[in-house]
Amino acid sequence: MTDAAQETSPETAPVTGEAVVRDPTGLHARPAVKLTKLAKGFDATIEIRDERNDRWINAKSPNAVMKLRVASGDSLSIRARGAGAGPAVAAMVALIERNFDG
Amino acid sequence: MVEPEGERVIEGIAAAEGLAVGPIVFQHTASLGHRAAGSPLEEREALNAAMAEASREIGVLVAGADKLAAEILEFQGALLEDEDLLGAVLGQLDAGGAAHDAWAETIDGEVAEYRAGDDEYFRARAEDLLDLKTRVLRRLHGAAACDLPPAAEDGILVAEDLTPSRFLELDWSLLRGAAIQGGSPTSHVAILARARGIPLVVGLDAELDDCIQGAPAVLDAKTGRLVIAPNKGTLARIKRAQAALASERCAAEALVDRPAVLTTGDTVQVLINVDDPAILEATVPAHCDGIGLTRTEFLFRDGHLPGEDAQFEAYRRLIVWAGGRSVTIRTLDAGGDKPIPGVTPIGETNPFLGVRGLRLSLQTPALFAVQLRALARAAALGPLKVMVPMVTVPQEMDRVRALLNDTLAGLAAKGVAHARPALGMMVEVPVAAMTADRFDVDFFSIGSNDLVQYLTACARDNPAVAPLADPRNPAVLELIRRVVEAARAKGVEVSLCGDMASDPDLVPLLLDCGLRSISVAPALIGRVKLAIQRHGGGAG
Repeated sequence: MTDAAQETSPETAPVTGEAVVRDPTGLHARPAVKLTKLAKGFDATIEIRDERNDRWINAKSPNAVMKLRVASGDSLSIRARGAGAGPAVAAMVALIERNFDG
Repeated sequence: MVEPEGERVIEGIAAAEGLAVGPIVFQHTASLGHRAAGSPLEEREALNAAMAEASREIGVLVAGADKLAAEILEFQGALLEDEDLLGAVLGQLDAGGAAHDAWAETIDGEVAEYRAGDDEYFRARAEDLLDLKTRVLRRLHGAAACDLPPAAEDGILVAEDLTPSRFLELDWSLLRGAAIQGGSPTSHVAILARARGIPLVVGLDAELDDCIQGAPAVLDAKTGRLVIAPNKGTLARIKRAQAALASERCAAEALVDRPAVLTTGDTVQVLINVDDPAILEATVPAHCDGIGLTRTEFLFRDGHLPGEDAQFEAYRRLIVWAGGRSVTIRTLDAGGDKPIPGVTPIGETNPFLGVRGLRLSLQTPALFAVQLRALARAAALGPLKVMVPMVTVPQEMDRVRALLNDTLAGLAAKGVAHARPALGMMVEVPVAAMTADRFDVDFFSIGSNDLVQYLTACARDNPAVAPLADPRNPAVLELIRRVVEAARAKGVEVSLCGDMASDPDLVPLLLDCGLRSISVAPALIGRVKLAIQRHGGGAG
């Protein structure tokens, strides 16, 4: 789900979304790579956070995404700022909800 | 033992079974040598060029890769385009650092983080980073360091180490096997070699040098050794073993999709063990009679406690995969050698004899209730059997049945779709094995790994006592026989799901104990079926 589909400037509030990782093995290398590749397609700054961890990390860094150690059933928060922030969050949420097309 | 003249035997660990005879292709891990650092701008350009080359090489490999290889390679490829990682390296270059130092230090820092976790999957990713580190460093030091060894026909690769991507680059139509000083049987390279049927020995216990280059050798990846300059006797023995192995593989392959039938006409159920659902992608459901053991610990990796829906989804997938065949799911077997931070007790002097398996589940009822609810919901989708580990006395199973009844009543009250799964126990505690007839259960499954450990008083994780932990010990076989008889008398099913069932040499003994259902590692279905077919009638 995304809260808003509008674009935001770096100063305004980010667009946010949330989705639950369904794969029984969590966010393995392949889905992590898919997620970062998708994120890189947008100009917006995109960050994700795992519900078990307070840290926001760069969704365009496969290394950082892997190190989140997202497990099955974890809820991921996504936030984006800048050009295309709305569509970026929507696309990220959709990819996770489609279970990374796996 | 006196070594025959001239023959040199190097011991190692078998990581991928097989035998090979051929000349040694020795790949000396050349020291990368000195590399002079240039100006920050030159270093930046050198790094960019090396990374671009590495990216191109990985891209070529991905094109011909299977699923596992692609996962390893794509992650490495993505790391080369990781702006955070690159940012850290470039920061060091701007401060006047050399490209090779900055790259190596940054990656080493990441590797330490990956290795710090207790999640095996996560730790294994450290291998990917080191693999990539080496590839880029080689490029930084110049193309000469990237050359592959000359692949002699039928050669046996011998090296100090072998990275996964290097393994994938080698021409395995020419090479017949590999032996390395480093590595472990659980490394990516070992998994890749097993998947391709390439014999691999790791952990070679010897210093290697160039003088072995081209020497005739025998690679015995059954016992885990490399024999350099083998004598005639060794060669003849290995050639016979090669022929036997080839015909065995062929025969096993022919049986994999057929039911396992004894000469008496009795059918033996061959089920599979699932440690990680990822294995199901590589396994054909029709090759087995269902899933005999699912180790649900995979859901609890890294201290994670999965919710009911996440568990239900995992169980649903197993049932869908099995397509009407029975699916046995073991409730959480934490404790012992499988600690879960925050759940398993800390400071037990002997965790294998402590609060583990069902003992832990009964002490953490909220956690157990979530699993039972997810299982009861999944039972509505297909034939599901719930197996409880580490049961000692009948009262424990009575408590589990009562909890299951509460779960079913709760789901019914809320109108949630569910069904009653079969409820059985794992037989692994000796007193439970000896009093199996007293338990109110729908089925038994003998957990031979722990049963052998507890009967022989030999820790499974201590190689010093491994020779004493012999599953052939008559006491072990006698207990198995008694459990089978107890099951017959009660009219309930009995199976065996430990490592014994996956050993073709031990399968005849299990059949002699009267077992007609066993659960095995998916890769061994064919070999086990062959062992069953070759066995006579056995006791019954």
